[in-house]
Amino acid sequence: MAIRAQVVVCGGTGCMSSKSELIKNEFVEKIKEVGLQNEVSVFMSGCFGLCEKGPVVVVYPDMTFYSHVKVEDVEEICKEHLLKGRIVARKAYTEMTPEDEAKIKKFQEMTFYAKQERIALRNCGIINPFDINEYIARDGYMALGKVLTEMTPDEVIDLISKSGLRGRGGAGFPTGLKWKLASKHRGKEQMYIICNADEGDPGAFMDRAVLEGDPHSVIEAMAIGGYAIGASQGYVYIRAEYPLAVERLNHAIKQAYENGLLGKNIFGSEFSFDLEARLGAGAFVCGEETALMASIEGERGMPRNKPPFPGDKGLWGKPTIINNVETYANVPQIINKGADWFNSIGTEKSKGTKVFALGGKINNTGLLEIPMGTTLRDVIYNIGGGIPKGKAFKAVQTGGPSGGCLTYRDLDAKIDYETLISLGSMMGSGGMIVMDEDNCMVDVARFFLEFTVDESCGKCTPCREGTRRMLEILEKITEGKGTLEDIDELETLANSIRDSALCGLGQTAPNPVLSTLKNFKEEYIAHVVEKRCPAGVCKALINYYVTDKCIGCGKCKRGCPAAAITGNIKEMHKIDTSICIKCGACKVVCPVGAIITA
Amino acid sequence: MKSLDDLKKIREAAAQKMSMREQKDGYRVVVGMATCGITAGARPVLNALVEEVSKRNLLNVTVTQVGCMGQCALEPIVEVYNTVGERTTYCRVKEKDAQRIITEHVIGGKVVEDLLITKFLK
Repeated sequence: MAIRAQVVVCGGTGCMSSKSELIKNEFVEKIKEVGLQNEVSVFMSGCFGLCEKGPVVVVYPDMTFYSHVKVEDVEEICKEHLLKGRIVARKAYTEMTPEDEAKIKKFQEMTFYAKQERIALRNCGIINPFDINEYIARDGYMALGKVLTEMTPDEVIDLISKSGLRGRGGAGFPTGLKWKLASKHRGKEQMYIICNADEGDPGAFMDRAVLEGDPHSVIEAMAIGGYAIGASQGYVYIRAEYPLAVERLNHAIKQAYENGLLGKNIFGSEFSFDLEARLGAGAFVCGEETALMASIEGERGMPRNKPPFPGDKGLWGKPTIINNVETYANVPQIINKGADWFNSIGTEKSKGTKVFALGGKINNTGLLEIPMGTTLRDVIYNIGGGIPKGKAFKAVQTGGPSGGCLTYRDLDAKIDYETLISLGSMMGSGGMIVMDEDNCMVDVARFFLEFTVDESCGKCTPCREGTRRMLEILEKITEGKGTLEDIDELETLANSIRDSALCGLGQTAPNPVLSTLKNFKEEYIAHVVEKRCPAGVCKALINYYVTDKCIGCGKCKRGCPAAAITGNIKEMHKIDTSICIKCGACKVVCPVGAIITA
Repeated sequence: MKSLDDLKKIREAAAQKMSMREQKDGYRVVVGMATCGITAGARPVLNALVEEVSKRNLLNVTVTQVGCMGQCALEPIVEVYNTVGERTTYCRVKEKDAQRIITEHVIGGKVVEDLLITKFLK
């Protein structure tokens, strides 16, 4: 009997951690109970992107998007929707119409998806990542077939060059040029091609989503790249903290071998290609290409000087090409649809799309892919759905620990490599963290610096010593002990580290400090001169007070771990600031918002 | 897999399964599957329609179920929406009629006169 409906349960890490696997099992069971097992199929896909609404379940062919699904909801969806064709309205995704009515929106009609253009993520949330046939059904491995039977390696490189594809891992180096520079070694010696899947930026999860949702696209692209530059061996360097991605990637590699899409004489051609996954042990610096190669070789992951560039002397001293996961995910599409198609998307110097992991103070936390040149405002307010609880937007941090904070003045900037750099931030791998009025920018800079201090490998002095000194100054400022001279020293230090560190990690580590100094200097000054934290975050500079809004319910008193609150029922309460440990528990439980920080 | 043709064969074989997840602009066939529809025998009709579409590899056609159509006495009801959204309503459809609806109407573009709702309404 033909299948008449398909239930797709999101199997991304986000939804999996809210028990989507149990939901899938429950669907299998309940569908059997209502006797539909021969008419309805159930499987898990990769990430849908709208992680905020997870766990997500989509029912085809109706394209109904169920959000926040619980195991208990499954029975109702089976009995109502799958059996009787009635959509379970209370679980279906709705959007407000201009007339302020909640209207059920189908998957793909939703604003979140309608504004996106998906190239790297085209299969994520659509196909079953464990089934190579579903990838093939969506033109998978056609590009590899075309390349091996119809194109010469140089033609492949020319096509990629013409498309204008640039590295999606951070710096944005033109991919075609990178391949071309390495291809002069073709046929002369052993060469390698590597996929950098050591995604370490806090708040970034694009590469994970691609590998979890569409692992074959990366495998196919690496084989294409191997053919183009002349490498017969590839490695995917993936962090061990991504167990799901590792599992799906390894399964996909195995399937590709079984189908003759990896290994000897692919598509009956002369070209043979082997691919293997190598696990990283979690050091952020291993995302830097020379450190990454050292790690694959079994050495301690530390960067080295460039040149020589990996394209000339890389893994085991042999010419090596390293590209990022998202860069690879674009390649098969470019081969299939042509350079002109890709070239027509994006801005003058940045072609195609970019995937961003949107997080922080934003309504639609999740993963999105937009054409280059989309404005920050569009991303944050349209696709992202704006700031929760009606708070005011303050800043958006792009590029992780290497990037910077942009302000409301930059909201209409078009996102591409050059614009972000000119504004003092960078594209980075695509983390995008939104901050509202409750975030202290000095504290944000301190957070990112704490991260780089932790992750500095220690090889060069500017990064090892310099970032630690910067962190000390920032801590001094957040504790209210800073002076105006400290701010100057911070800036001097930041500039010299940027100019003298050995690798990208150190060179970009001062960016969060420099950009907050540039855009939010008044907050630094408030900390050192007025000894005040305007956002009410830095503990040493704030005190908790009860205002006359207090209704005397006593919730704060009961919740205070330090017994610092006194007061009788139905009378105004009082916080003893000498005992208060500033944990903020009272502010959270207060039903009328009577507790303030100042 | 030895050649591009082998790959294309796999792609064709898997296309039917995947086509359900694509956005389509072709004919849309809906079957009323509320309690009234099911008791009147809508489920075998729905399955027969799905079977027929799948057998003929009509990748741009959607077959789906909805709730009560409102004319419970005339169930099973099947509605066919053409590419511009015009609706044709068929009543008291039997399993054996499914093939005709697909071949004559969805493929041939010709309405199946004897199943039209107007024949049943007094």
